[in-house]
Amino acid sequence: MQLIECPWCGPREEVEFSYGGQAHVPYPESPAELDDEQWAHYVFFRDNTRGTLAERWNHGAGCRRWFNAMRDTVSYRFSAVYRTAEPMPASVPLTGAGSSSASATTSTTTSTTTTGR
Amino acid sequence: MSPTTTPRSTTPRTPGADLPEHPDSLWRNPEPKKAYDVVIVGGGGHGLATAHYLVKNHGITNVAVLEKGWLAGGNMARNTTLIRSNYLWDASAAIYEHSLKLWEGLEEDLGYPILFSQRGVLNLAHTLQDVRDSVRRVEANKLNGIDAEWVDAEEVAKICPIVNTSSDIRYPVMGATYQPRAGIAKHDYVGWGFARRISDAGVDIIQGCEVTGFVRDGDRVTGVRTTRGDIACGTVALAAAGSTSVLTDMLDVRVPIQSHPLQALVSELLEPVHPTIVMSNQVHVYVSQAHKGELVMGAGVDSYNGYGQRGAFHVIERQMAAAVELFPVFARAHLLRTWAGVVDTTPDASPIISRTPYENVYLNCGWGTGGFKATPGLGWVFADTIANGEPHPYAAPFSLDRFTTGALVDEHGAAAVAH
Amino acid sequence: MSATLDRPERAGDPQAPFRTADGGRVDRSRTLTFTFGGRSLTGHPGDTLASALLSHGVHQVATSVKLGRPRGIGAAWAEDPTSLVQVEEPFPEPMLLASTIELYDGLVADGLPGQGRLADLPDSARYDARHLHVDLLVVGAGPAGLSAALVAARAGARVALVDEQAEAGGALLGGTDTIDGRPGTAWVEAAVAELAALPDVMHLQRTTVFGVYDDGFALAVERRTDHLGGAAPQHLSRQRVWRVRARRTVVATGAHERPVVFTDNDRPGTMLAGSARTYLHRYGVLAGERAVVFTTNDSAYQVAVELADAGVDVTVVETRERAPVAWSAACGARGLPVRTGSVVTGTEGVERVTAALVAPRGGGAPEALPCDLLLVSGGWNPAVHLYSQARGRLRFDAVLGAFLPAEQLPDLDVVGSAAGTLDLEGCLFTGRETGRAAVAALGLPEVPRTPQADPTVDPPPPASDPDLLWVVPAVDGDASRQFVDVQRDATVADVQRAVGAGLRSPEHVKRYTTIGTAHDQGKTSGVVMSGILGELIGAGPQDVGTTTFRPPYTPVAFATLAGRDRGAMFDPERTTALHDWHLAHGAVWEDVGQWKRPRHYPAPGEDMEAAVLRECAAVRSGVGILDGSTLGKIDVQGPDAGVLLDRLYTNLMSSLKVGRVRYGVMCGVDGMVLDDGVVLRLAEDRWMVMTTTGGAAKVLDWMEEWLQTEWPDLRVHLASVTEQWAAFPVVGPRSRDVVGAVFPGVDVSAEAFEFMTWQDTQLEGVPVRLARISFSGELAWEVHVSSWHAEEVWHRLVAAGQEHGITPYGTETMHVLRAEKGYPIIGQDTDGTVTPQDLGMDWVVSKKKADFVGKRSFARADNQRPDRKHLVGLLPTDGETVLPEGSQVVDVPLGEDLPAPPVPMLGHVTSSYRSAFLGRPFALAMLQGGRERVGEVVQLPVGGRLVAAEVTGPVLVDPEGARRDG
Repeated sequence: MQLIECPWCGPREEVEFSYGGQAHVPYPESPAELDDEQWAHYVFFRDNTRGTLAERWNHGAGCRRWFNAMRDTVSYRFSAVYRTAEPMPASVPLTGAGSSSASATTSTTTSTTTTGR
Repeated sequence: MSPTTTPRSTTPRTPGADLPEHPDSLWRNPEPKKAYDVVIVGGGGHGLATAHYLVKNHGITNVAVLEKGWLAGGNMARNTTLIRSNYLWDASAAIYEHSLKLWEGLEEDLGYPILFSQRGVLNLAHTLQDVRDSVRRVEANKLNGIDAEWVDAEEVAKICPIVNTSSDIRYPVMGATYQPRAGIAKHDYVGWGFARRISDAGVDIIQGCEVTGFVRDGDRVTGVRTTRGDIACGTVALAAAGSTSVLTDMLDVRVPIQSHPLQALVSELLEPVHPTIVMSNQVHVYVSQAHKGELVMGAGVDSYNGYGQRGAFHVIERQMAAAVELFPVFARAHLLRTWAGVVDTTPDASPIISRTPYENVYLNCGWGTGGFKATPGLGWVFADTIANGEPHPYAAPFSLDRFTTGALVDEHGAAAVAH
Repeated sequence: MSATLDRPERAGDPQAPFRTADGGRVDRSRTLTFTFGGRSLTGHPGDTLASALLSHGVHQVATSVKLGRPRGIGAAWAEDPTSLVQVEEPFPEPMLLASTIELYDGLVADGLPGQGRLADLPDSARYDARHLHVDLLVVGAGPAGLSAALVAARAGARVALVDEQAEAGGALLGGTDTIDGRPGTAWVEAAVAELAALPDVMHLQRTTVFGVYDDGFALAVERRTDHLGGAAPQHLSRQRVWRVRARRTVVATGAHERPVVFTDNDRPGTMLAGSARTYLHRYGVLAGERAVVFTTNDSAYQVAVELADAGVDVTVVETRERAPVAWSAACGARGLPVRTGSVVTGTEGVERVTAALVAPRGGGAPEALPCDLLLVSGGWNPAVHLYSQARGRLRFDAVLGAFLPAEQLPDLDVVGSAAGTLDLEGCLFTGRETGRAAVAALGLPEVPRTPQADPTVDPPPPASDPDLLWVVPAVDGDASRQFVDVQRDATVADVQRAVGAGLRSPEHVKRYTTIGTAHDQGKTSGVVMSGILGELIGAGPQDVGTTTFRPPYTPVAFATLAGRDRGAMFDPERTTALHDWHLAHGAVWEDVGQWKRPRHYPAPGEDMEAAVLRECAAVRSGVGILDGSTLGKIDVQGPDAGVLLDRLYTNLMSSLKVGRVRYGVMCGVDGMVLDDGVVLRLAEDRWMVMTTTGGAAKVLDWMEEWLQTEWPDLRVHLASVTEQWAAFPVVGPRSRDVVGAVFPGVDVSAEAFEFMTWQDTQLEGVPVRLARISFSGELAWEVHVSSWHAEEVWHRLVAAGQEHGITPYGTETMHVLRAEKGYPIIGQDTDGTVTPQDLGMDWVVSKKKADFVGKRSFARADNQRPDRKHLVGLLPTDGETVLPEGSQVVDVPLGEDLPAPPVPMLGHVTSSYRSAFLGRPFALAMLQGGRERVGEVVQLPVGGRLVAAEVTGPVLVDPEGARRDG
């Protein structure tokens, strides 16, 4: 039962969020130009990393915003959360320090996006 | 009274509160050999059953089963042991029914008291669409030779009197599908029964042996690297639910599975109260009462990917609400223990039994919540696939390329709540 | 030898001969009556069921699950592996421990042989849950926990102090320790009072933290009224779940005494040594009169000495070669014999121990020491359960002979005896220091306060190293009566067999022997099993390890966890603005998602079929009205709204003109139909997307996901307005008259109000939107109005329709009417494997758009198969049979019987009704190569026979669309 740091709302209970799977899998530029196998990989295949995975989450019972997160799939701990328009953090400090680490990584979030204004 | 007299009871022992004894001999703990004809990665039910049928059906005994932890200690030790074959599509019905038929003779085949108890399963319908889907599945099951019937709420109450079939609950029971041949078995006994058989037949079971890499030679894998040394192999069979992606990543093979925590729980031991198995998608719980008397329950997976073998408690709380809603009699049963396994889910809620880009590597994964019930059936089919080098007819529909062609076997309806 | 011999007269309570003359924390001024095993007995407030039973000399509680051997009271709290009872009154509850049930008047209970019984009557008690957010959660209100809580609370931290017993104090309640020269319990009272006076302290007793999860989340169950028995007020929740989110957690859960295993160690009268001390000091009860204390360590000497002082005849059997020097004076002063270098090798007795068999440790003939109480101490196991649940690693401490926390967790500390600090001074010290460190870690501002002196205690006597002894070897080599798990009847012999069978892992041995699987989850047996296993396989306990500690720490009732989410509150019920009207008009309900929708409105004497035929006929011949308010409605705004819709719908939406309406289909990326509905273009930059009732939330989520994660550059906003807008289709040839009458300002002629257009109007100032859309093929208007005014507008429509016989109709009629026109219901006629092409809806798939979600998947091999299933109509050739929905079409030629399974299947019936208009039943089906089979006759097994049906196109009523304009 995680305490998840929404980049807009701050720490909230896990039950307010829904999971959106692997992040940074963009919709193909030209699906028509992909062969069936390439298309199938976009539709059905996602990383299933044992360790840190960049993921999409949605604060459905809060601000309804999607955001991205780096999370360890073994400890379940979040090491970073960031807005969808932001790049994936280059190196993720896996402190394993729970909510305090989450707040440390998100307090530096300064950029803004145009979504949902 | 003589001081050496052993106290004897005046109370007869509670029926069902005890289990048959395990045998005095289970399996050898050998050192790994340098090479095997077949190396099976994963010492769970599927790996052990595959070895069993390699021996039994194909005479292949130079086999190692590698287990990174303790034997049958992954999902085999964590599932809720439901066995049924009432799946919707022909391909699923074929392999699960094949499995159920094998279950019916497994105790004899293994010479082990696996406590297979065919007490029937009710899949409850609570909405009109549930009813349509249920009748559709029952009709398809019957045409596939699977025992199945649609029963109304009154009959539900006869089959399982503790189900709340009154009309004043939030989602009244409108009826159910009923498969009388469905049942439960004692999971440890099943795993150990297979292990004992294959160990006696010369198969090496190697525990505490984690695969750390593969030795590749073009489109062949010639050996596996393990925490207990390198082992050469003729064929590699992957049957490592919960760790599949870790292995396939080592082989650079992409597999469309996502691993999720799936929680289950038991109550303390209770006198027999629940004669069958009840599952509900809408109210979202499934429950049976095991041989010793504990209520065994599960519900849906935790939403996020997770290898941690634990889940969040709100899932359990919701499950308890569902259980008490459907079974008011459970109100003061007690939650004794919770745990979680790691289930590999696929886009169509059906497994993957497939060849791989490597000519001597075979893949079995993605069973989601269906793995335990498929244990003997998968073992049979996978062994056949390995021995003959091409998919058994029951395995063919579950190949990896279905995700490219689009020929999915969509069992979300039949598997939604799991089991 | 009998327990009733030589009973000294103890003043005050002849009925309870083992109650001491004074002392203890029970309220002797009040007497409670209870029934156990059919016997009426008495006790006092403050007693547990176990202490009350012991006060009457009752030790045997039950018989064992497998062997039927007598089972007694093994401890004084939750680690007790034996004293299982079934409570019968005031409400049946199975599998509770006599040692944890607070006594109340009228309690009726019986011992249990390992299996409980569920009540066959509804549990009328209430249960609830609360959330609690704190800086510091302290679990356990013993000396360590109290110290930590005090320090943190004084510094201004928001503290929750949670303890499972009836009152705070932990081990101090059952001892004689002094703090600051006063009884320890006086210090506890002062601490509790101080905490109560501090702000932001939540102090919960009778509350068990049973699980620790991630990010400082802990779950606790509070037993609020159980101790009141039948007098519990019904309006209070019986038990409450606390969901605690703490920035830091201090685990001060104490330690469980560890038994030593020996032959016949299961006889009633055998008890953990410290528990007898608790019964004496806390409850004023002597667990026996003649005690043998069998110990490997110093802690049991205090028990021995204090029992001797209370008049018990005590002999100490000490495994070590030398008795601890620190205790020799006390033993000597009391003439208390200590047999060093000795072990208990067995017991005698039937329903109660009558003698301990004592022999030199190195061997030799056992001597029977008569006793009625056999106290055992093999050392102490810190209660590391919660730490372990928090994924802390354990290490085996060879001196203590126990597993201890091996690492510092980021936000959880373990203090006091839970961390292996067994002496009082150490508990107070570690609690205090950890509390201080927690305050610092929390970064709380300094609060100026009066310095308080740290409490002082007498230094503990110098300790000598304990022995580590798991099991006393059986004299005759027979280990089958050496119980490791007393509740499961699992013995040393079972562990030996497991190892002999090839098992090495404690997880395997646990499953082979069932040790640790009982009610107590191995609180006293788990570590002993690891120790025995280690000795058998030649490995240290560290290498063997333990089995996993899993929640809950102690069992929790299902109903407690279900809380208030039961009955009507199991899931929210969504109702429309017209719900009461429907109710008053006899609606039969259908659950659609969380919505309650009228399925039909039977007239007196009508069954559903008659009602639906009547409703259908009324709509097609006159006018009907439906409450369609549950349809999903999404307000889509922004300059790029058209672009978004073009990407998500299969057809082109951006070309729609303001004022017009278009039907659309959405597909998943896999090309399968996800939802359908109409779209209204309200303005250049504003659209109303209508969805199915069940798909509303899913479609909004779907649109948001694409918008936010893939195309954040699009300037679009989405909002659900499902609840804001009521929607009433007014349907049938007379609908023009009704709508025209209610909205006289609107020209409802076919020319002025075209099909698939909408117009805004007003009704006495209330904005109303009318849309000419039809889900039945009939002339129809959908009336949209704010939910606030919905009832009034509905009444006006119904009133205006009276002269035309306006008929309210429900979902069933709606389904029949749409099926007659071949309109699919997504989720009924489709199942996630159906494309728009399968539905015969090529026309809704744009050929112009370069791409939309799902388009690429249409080109996959499986989508090109000619034998895909198509939506078709079926007309049973007998003109009579209503094919059950779900029936399968089989590939069996006409005239042939159903062959043996497996029978090839061609498809299935998705919708099936009796049509008033056609005067016959009809169905929709998904059929392999269906469009090429039109005109064929196929067969379906129905109730044991084959029914023939002609395949038709899906549109059976008015295929030319002549009725649309009235």
